[in-house]
Amino acid sequence: MTMSEFILITGRTARQGAALHKGKGSGEYRQATGFVEMSLADMERLGIEEGQLVRVRTAFGEAELELREGDLPEGMIFVPMGPAANALIGVETRGTGMPDSKGLEAEVEPL
Amino acid sequence: MIGIINGEVYDPQNGINGEVRDIWIEDGKIVSTSPPLIPPKVGGEIPVPAGLSNPAASPPGPALSLALNTAEGKVEGLGGTEGGQIIDAAGLVVMPGGVDIHSHIVGAKVNAGRKFRPEDHRDHVRARGVLISPLEGGLRGVTRSGSGYTVPSTFMTGYGYAEMGYTTVMEAATAPLVARHTHEELEDTPMLDTGVFITMGNNHFIMKCIRDGQREKARDYVAWLLGASKGYAIKIVNPGGVENWKWGRNVGELDDEVIGFGVTPRQIVATLAWINDELGLPHVPHIHGINLGQTGNARTTVETIEALEGRRAHFCHLQFLSYAGEPGKSLRSGAAEIARAVNEHPNVTVDVGQVIFGEATTMTSDGPLQYRLHKLTGNKWLNDDVEGETGGGVVPMQYKRSNPINAIQWLIGLELFLLIDDPWRVFLTTDHPNAGPFFYYPQVIKLLMDRDYRAEMLAGIHRRARKGALLPGLDREYSLYEIAIVTRAGTARALGLRNKGHLGVGADADVTIYRKLDDKEAMFARPYLVLKDGQVVACDGQIVREVQGRTLYVAPPYDPGIEADLRAHFEECYTISYDNYPVAPEYLTRSEVIPCA
Amino acid sequence: MRIENVVCPFCGCLCDDIVVEVEGNRVTAVKKVCSSGRSLFVNAHTGAASPTVDGKEVEWPEAIDAAARILTDSASPLIYGLSSTASEAQRKAIALADLLGASIDSTSSVCHGPTTIGIQSQGEPTCTLGEVKHRADLVIFWGCNPAEAHQRHFARYSVSARGKLTPQGRKDRTVVVVDVRPTRSSRSADIFLQPRPGCDYEVLTALRALLKGETPDITDVGGVGVAQLADLVERMKGCRFGVIFFGMGVTQTGGKYLNITELLALVAELNDHTRFTAMPMRGHGNVAGADCTLTWQTGYPFAINFARGYPQYNPGEFTAVDMLARQEADAALIIASDPVAHFPRQAAQRLSQIPTIVLDPEMNLTAREAKVVLPTAIYGVSAAGTAYRMDNVPLPLKKVVDSPQPTDEQVLDWMIERVKT
Repeated sequence: MTMSEFILITGRTARQGAALHKGKGSGEYRQATGFVEMSLADMERLGIEEGQLVRVRTAFGEAELELREGDLPEGMIFVPMGPAANALIGVETRGTGMPDSKGLEAEVEPL
Repeated sequence: MIGIINGEVYDPQNGINGEVRDIWIEDGKIVSTSPPLIPPKVGGEIPVPAGLSNPAASPPGPALSLALNTAEGKVEGLGGTEGGQIIDAAGLVVMPGGVDIHSHIVGAKVNAGRKFRPEDHRDHVRARGVLISPLEGGLRGVTRSGSGYTVPSTFMTGYGYAEMGYTTVMEAATAPLVARHTHEELEDTPMLDTGVFITMGNNHFIMKCIRDGQREKARDYVAWLLGASKGYAIKIVNPGGVENWKWGRNVGELDDEVIGFGVTPRQIVATLAWINDELGLPHVPHIHGINLGQTGNARTTVETIEALEGRRAHFCHLQFLSYAGEPGKSLRSGAAEIARAVNEHPNVTVDVGQVIFGEATTMTSDGPLQYRLHKLTGNKWLNDDVEGETGGGVVPMQYKRSNPINAIQWLIGLELFLLIDDPWRVFLTTDHPNAGPFFYYPQVIKLLMDRDYRAEMLAGIHRRARKGALLPGLDREYSLYEIAIVTRAGTARALGLRNKGHLGVGADADVTIYRKLDDKEAMFARPYLVLKDGQVVACDGQIVREVQGRTLYVAPPYDPGIEADLRAHFEECYTISYDNYPVAPEYLTRSEVIPCA
Repeated sequence: MRIENVVCPFCGCLCDDIVVEVEGNRVTAVKKVCSSGRSLFVNAHTGAASPTVDGKEVEWPEAIDAAARILTDSASPLIYGLSSTASEAQRKAIALADLLGASIDSTSSVCHGPTTIGIQSQGEPTCTLGEVKHRADLVIFWGCNPAEAHQRHFARYSVSARGKLTPQGRKDRTVVVVDVRPTRSSRSADIFLQPRPGCDYEVLTALRALLKGETPDITDVGGVGVAQLADLVERMKGCRFGVIFFGMGVTQTGGKYLNITELLALVAELNDHTRFTAMPMRGHGNVAGADCTLTWQTGYPFAINFARGYPQYNPGEFTAVDMLARQEADAALIIASDPVAHFPRQAAQRLSQIPTIVLDPEMNLTAREAKVVLPTAIYGVSAAGTAYRMDNVPLPLKKVVDSPQPTDEQVLDWMIERVKT
């Protein structure tokens, strides 16, 4: 299997916001935060399908996430904020307090 | 029970000009004053007037341990709260606690100023403190830390004013939509009794009433608004101009139109002045006039005074509104013509807004003014337009002796003090922090009392400012009595605070005791003792007891039928609901309603 | 029982028109609220919960004792969170930090802390949300996605809201979205600009240059055509009242606070042509309140340390992620937030290596690792108090159901008393 390079964006979603209140151990929360979105073109290029598990890796860590199609430019992936995203984000804040949470270089490997 | 005896008392409201008198305090109030019972003496038993409890006879309470300068042997000893205390103030000056009629200390605008000026705070910090009373058993309390020079944090503000002998400070401007924020900050501002001026000069409901010829409805609205915001007085800032700033414009004349309403600044001022009288509010409309800061604005200032047509009003930081000269040309002092207008209109009181050379932070509800200051200075700029009510902004400022404009501004303030005849109508402020920080009041006092010091400072300012100026020829020196008027007796009277600013029977026992020094700045910067509600709270410039003051507000009655109009107005105008707007009484843990006439 | 004008405490919108129906101390229906708010009210529990120490249930005095001891025994305690609790509790937390000589930081540091730094450099032309509703005919959303994160923002304040000068709502406005990827927000916009990731700074400086009348000799900036940018500048100059709402897309990427500095400079310069304002989309319901309370009590809005006996401010030094990553905190008190769920893993892990105390209504991910867990009432649901909207308008939160749990304010009061003795 091949890896491929992407830019990783993390962020809020409405489902993640609603699921917060069911408890972060809940199935809903895991559902709402445990996926990665990729454009259809990239999925086809890599030969992976919706629903497949992939490994997303950055310089700081990795996470296994369910792949979903998203309306994204080619070369970009999106992971909702949550435990998976946290594994991928480093602690360098460049003196601002704010870690680099968007625009990270990431590799995606189908499992 | 506390007795302050043998002090040289300055109590202008009661006509006392340096007489030696005894003052007796019980339960936070002054209960008796008299000529001295015994000749000044240090130590020994002191007889008490008949009818008052004898402190020597009460069970002695635990003594407070204070770092007192007893070298002069002036203070007999401060007993505990149960036992009663005698303070022998022989050779010391005794005045009511200071009453500041106009200062920006709390609320949204002030806090935005704090947040965006960390550079203002870094070198001016206050460490947390510990108040110890060994005989009361260890820790009596902690004082909170803080930071800030022109925009101090809240605890620092309260302690700073108290250490300077001030006991009442009026917050100069709050938009009613965010009054809740102001009251939360006041809860964290110790030591002071306070009141809040509510900005109304660009209020949509009021302007609609004026447009529709419904001033009675506006009157009921103002009454409701003061109660809902727990405010003390009607504040007017650049009437009509702040609304026009929402369109990128301003007003320049009293008869200019407010966009979208078709009313004029003249109508806004006249209507609010009428309303003030109708409601019998303790203070008068507190006016920041149009064209503030602009060359030539002395003309519209005089016109605004005349537009009152005899109704009472207060003009704040008048220095900024006393500029002669042609618009667009050189600034000249308009103090002479403004002072003449003030002298000729006994219905008007003013505070000066004296410039202090050094760092300042301009913060007003005058949106277009703040934008102009940003363009003029190039300094960073905060702007905040408030829906349906007002606006405002914050811009850092530096006043330099070497800048001829700043030097003229400085001159103008002093000229106003020296040319306005009646000290009961001209008050000492620096429009903190717009013209300078409040802890420079003692410097202003010295400038007023000591013409040699004045001449010395004058010699250090840009010579272009000195050329042709009136100030060098003004010899007048303020007396201690007059200083007491312009910093407490007169301000309390103008505010309608019957129990403040004086030392007569029934007054709140807010008392400041000063060492009598030749250097008046040193004298007023560090009072010897400060009492708040009859308790010693500061000694030699240090807090010794933390107390929480009261928020003073008014609650004039109004026609409850106005509620339907209010609900409709909220639907139309605001993004919060009518029911969530008023500030509940729980936000004011200590408060006092000041009655309307 | 029907309770009206309830303030939803979830996000910076602080919608205050919510209707809550309560039966037998349970929320049975919530009206006018978005899905996040509904979930908050409907899932609010009112059962009793005991505090725990090392996973064991204890009585409150013992728990407070344990917490106080952790804090007084530590050399460098960190107090963090604050954004989902009332201002009354925030003020107590700061008092505790002052007493301890602790560091104190709010979730701002991973949210709009860079905005604060930008404001401290540049200033901020802003307004309350009603001004947007009534006047704004050009509304720009930059690096934020209100359709997901602030769901009623469009309807209540910024896009479809009908105001005095915008009686036709959506039709009276031009909506622009700037984002690196299409979102639900961009799909409803009139204009969608899609810069490459990390290129917001270049795009903003290009807009400022175009505004000044410069003519760039390139055709593309950061993935956006210069012609599109020139068109945007004309619209900005020509509008009646414009606003840029901005979010994590510009605070978390590339230049971070430098992006914000450019954005705020652009907005200030637009005021030479027309009226223009900016507003950060504050995420949590009372993070704006945390900025306010920290600022009025200390002078600084986040990243504060009291070790010298007075407040010091230094983002990067006293911000929570940095302190945890560099192992400079040896104890933590986490209030009304869940850093284990939201911090980079290396920082989050540190919280299980040092003694951690959690004040929260939920057994959240941070609480699972904590030594002392103090379960409190839910602000805006079972605890009243004050919260500050994203435009800093303060609102009174109601208590709609009763809870046996103490409030955050109460627990912090107990801790302060305990620490003092």
